[in-house]
Amino acid sequence: MTDVLAVTDHRRGELRDVSYELITAGRSLADETGGDLHLAVISGTVDDFADKLNREGVDAIHTVPYGEEFNHDVYTQAITQLYDELAPQYVLTPNSVNGLDYAPAVANALDLPVVTDTIGLETDGETLIATREMYGSKVETTNELENNAVVTIRSAEWPAAEGTGDATIDAFDADIDEAAIGSTVSGFEEVGGGDVDISEAELLVSIGRGIEEEENLDLIRDLADALGATLSSSRPIVDNGWLPKNRQVGQSGKVVTPDVYIAIGISGAVQHVAGMKGSDTIVAINTDPNAPIMDIADYAIHDDLFDVVPALIDEFQ
Amino acid sequence: MKILVTVKEVATVEDEFEIDGTEIADQYLGADLNEWDDYAIEEAVQLQEAGIADEVVTVTIGPEDCEQTIRQALAKGADRAVRVWDDSLEGVDLLDVNAKTEILSAVVEEEEPDLVLSGVQAGDDSFAATGVSVAENVGFQWGAVVNHLEHDFSGDTVSVRRELEGGVEELNEIELPAVLTIQTGINEPRYASLRGIRQAQRKELDVQNLADLGVDESAIDADLELTDMYEPESESDVTVWEGGPDDTAAELGELLRDKGVAQ
Ligand SMILES: Cc1cc2nc3c(=O)[nH]c(=O)nc-3n(C[C@H](O)[C@H](O)[C@H](O)COP(=O)(O)OP(=O)(O)OC[C@H]3O[C@@H](n4cnc5c(N)ncnc54)[C@H](O)[C@@H]3O)c2cc1C
Repeated sequence: MTDVLAVTDHRRGELRDVSYELITAGRSLADETGGDLHLAVISGTVDDFADKLNREGVDAIHTVPYGEEFNHDVYTQAITQLYDELAPQYVLTPNSVNGLDYAPAVANALDLPVVTDTIGLETDGETLIATREMYGSKVETTNELENNAVVTIRSAEWPAAEGTGDATIDAFDADIDEAAIGSTVSGFEEVGGGDVDISEAELLVSIGRGIEEEENLDLIRDLADALGATLSSSRPIVDNGWLPKNRQVGQSGKVVTPDVYIAIGISGAVQHVAGMKGSDTIVAINTDPNAPIMDIADYAIHDDLFDVVPALIDEFQ
Repeated sequence: MKILVTVKEVATVEDEFEIDGTEIADQYLGADLNEWDDYAIEEAVQLQEAGIADEVVTVTIGPEDCEQTIRQALAKGADRAVRVWDDSLEGVDLLDVNAKTEILSAVVEEEEPDLVLSGVQAGDDSFAATGVSVAENVGFQWGAVVNHLEHDFSGDTVSVRRELEGGVEELNEIELPAVLTIQTGINEPRYASLRGIRQAQRKELDVQNLADLGVDESAIDADLELTDMYEPESESDVTVWEGGPDDTAAELGELLRDKGVAQ
């Protein structure tokens, strides 16, 4: 029987969407062999979270009321103890920044393999077949694993579970060794306020590493001016200090939903796409016809931005 | 204090490529210093310049070919390098997290650093798990996805920021010794100076195999087996505008006018 223990994610009092996606991924794994799906809810308002997580397909929810916010030592200890108690075959966690802060540690502590950022999972009860990407989404791979494992799932790959469930909810009496807690979260800070809110824009002209040099950014500014568009970017442009953080679109930047998003010289890495896939119409200008951005673009120009952008500026002047 | 930086030479892939079994065919591959490790090296070198680190050592798992990449790290200011390679690693398609953990842990135990800096992920295999796994394995503290590190160390903790999703950062105090996985944007990686490049040639690059490190060959038996590699099936129904820049720009112009977002 393939029992699954899925560890939910929350931050500042809110469950994160991936928690409901974990239910779907976990359920489908458990279903292969008629196993049970257990959820773990650690720290924060666990009872309230457990009520919300009690959706169709969940067999049991184990709450660990300890501390307010995520702490990887608490998570690692609680999950390894739950694993010992429940003996699931797979521990499933989000491939979130926090998931990556405890899943590898849990795997190592339990002497299990870890496979991260999966986008597809199948099992026959013994072998796990995990699909994941490599080389910045240029290739997809299948990977096989025997026996038990810790697996992290990419967000937005599985639909969120819905419906109301009839899971048992119980408080798990985790024995947290405080002396082993070696890190303390002292607060949170929002970054990237500033001059404009790119999430309000109707038309975004977004630039990526294809721009090559900071000086070339003037060309994109001219385009934004000509179109009356707002300028945004992928992460490397912000990392280089060429644009402020409030212009970054993506997982660690902003989520945007403009009417039209023009992605110029942006490959479409998953962390970028997380921030812009909700755009109404996506146009990609990229020399690489196989860039991952093409998978979500509605329109594409497979050409050099240094040729296309000046022509587009001319159109509007 | 002593800092150990994990440095990986990653494979880069050309725009057009072909797959050969479970690998991308050689002629479409290039090699580069892992983007995230470049920031980790810079952070270590800055800690050395701030008088906090006495020594910066790099560690790389890789064949002789990657010495060029290791020299890049040395040219940027690392003091010396350790490279681990073994015949038993020769034909391995994908070195999984556990195998890397075993090897890197052995080097950590030998070097006894106070701080290990590692890139958040490697641009090729994208596991994003090795740093934290090593930390747990050697009993160090850790922090994943660090985008700011205070350089005025007091006592035996470091103050860091972890970059969470959606523009939120977590402020965290982490006890030493620790492993931090470094996110891009934490600093501005330097280019190696000519002098740095010259000096790098003379720096020590120590090569070790598994036996030297006391790692049993069975420890690197991968649990994870790469069974297939293919180009992702595109679900795209993208409309590609053909023609020269004037034609394609005109198409885009028309779309923008139709949508009423530009005049
Ligand atoms: C934890 C984490 C969080 C992250 N958060 C974010 C985030 O919030 N936002 C984000 O964007 N990234 C984020 N990233 C980084 C992400 O993984 C990618 O590295 C990044 O999005 C790549 O940016 P890019 O597309 O501009 O550059 P590249 O991937 O280098 O792509 C450049 C593209 O430009 C094209 N190009 C080059 N020259 C030209 C030309 N002359 N004309 C036309 N096209 C050209 C190339 O074909 C290529 O497709 C995150 C990564 C991690 C690990």
